[in-house]
Amino acid sequence: MARLLDVLREQLQLTGVKEGCGEGECGACTVIVDGQIVNSCLVPVAQVDGCEITTIEGVARADELHAVQQAFIDHGGAQCGICTPGMVLAAVDLLKRNPEPSEDDIRNGLAGNLCRCTGYMKIFESVVRAYQK
Amino acid sequence: MRAFIPDYQIETPASLADALKLLESAPGVWKPFAGGTDLMVLLEAGRLDHRNYVNIWGLKELHGIDTTDTQVTLGALTTYTEVQANPVLRREFPMLCQAASETGGLAIQNRGTLGGNIVNASPAADSPPALLAYDAEIELVSTRGSRWLPYQGFHTGYKQMHIAPDELLARIRLPRNTNGLTHYYRKVGTRKAQAISKVCFAAVGRVDSGAIMETRIAVGSVAPIIVRCVQTENLLRGNTVDDETIKSACASLSREISPIDDIRSTARYRLQVAKNLLTDFLTKL
Repeated sequence: MARLLDVLREQLQLTGVKEGCGEGECGACTVIVDGQIVNSCLVPVAQVDGCEITTIEGVARADELHAVQQAFIDHGGAQCGICTPGMVLAAVDLLKRNPEPSEDDIRNGLAGNLCRCTGYMKIFESVVRAYQK
Repeated sequence: MRAFIPDYQIETPASLADALKLLESAPGVWKPFAGGTDLMVLLEAGRLDHRNYVNIWGLKELHGIDTTDTQVTLGALTTYTEVQANPVLRREFPMLCQAASETGGLAIQNRGTLGGNIVNASPAADSPPALLAYDAEIELVSTRGSRWLPYQGFHTGYKQMHIAPDELLARIRLPRNTNGLTHYYRKVGTRKAQAISKVCFAAVGRVDSGAIMETRIAVGSVAPIIVRCVQTENLLRGNTVDDETIKSACASLSREISPIDDIRSTARYRLQVAKNLLTDFLTKL
């Protein structure tokens, strides 16, 4: 019954995966499992046997940041940083499914991710700039 | 306080038959574990009392949506994301798709399942009101065989339901009889996403020559179980939608539900909202 979140952080040292609420409310622990975002605090590791998992550590390619990561840097999308890995992964997932999202699509795509600094407008703007690139 | 993980056991059977054998081997000892979006919350909070689980997530037999001319059959492990993506459900069962889109956020919708939503038996669950209004049937399977029963009546009290310890919810069936119906679904919560409802209202109805021919009304978060409001439906049948009918229907609804004060809302607010939603539904028929 070990949580995927704990296995990623403590056994695999992938500490870019953050723990916020631990109950699926905040999205800080978001990872991508077989192409779908999940809250890794709600997934027992027994359910990901043989699955492909992408954490924030796997988003950049070599030295090149993903457009979403670069946009978060350029447009102030990150403040304290706790929500940022989850926000970036949710945005990467959104743009992969929907390369030209509407404003509603972006809000819906990020609705499961909370920012405790309340920096939502900068995050929203970063995602808009990322897809405009 | 967080649970002590080694106290918990999760077995992953290779097939549905193996899962049913495990459930049958020691009735009540093993419980099914689907998408985990409710059970894992309890685990983290140290409030997951049961210790042994059968991981059914990977069982292909419980996935998939099959459509025939007369019905749509959904595997119990159909996720909220899969519900929203299905063209027949979008066209003919829009309330179920709306319920799926308003459950949690995307990460929850990718993992949460219809079967889990039913068997978790929360009176505040989002999809059961729509399933009740669509006259869903459910299939329970065990090593003893399979039985179909109406979803209405499945829940008998708070977290109580007609399921034996060796039975597993396998499929959900929806009759394709929604042509010509008005569909009305409204979840009232603190915010649009990630909220548990204060009131959840699902109803279908049909008016012909000014008279209400048929309604099916189900309300969540207003009683120990999701309530199918049969008395109100009976009262409405044959009447025209006017102030008098709405007043009588609201009075009937008040008698069929028993909202309480809790962390999310008050009995008074829930009652008023339920009546407002019934009124809104009836005026849209």
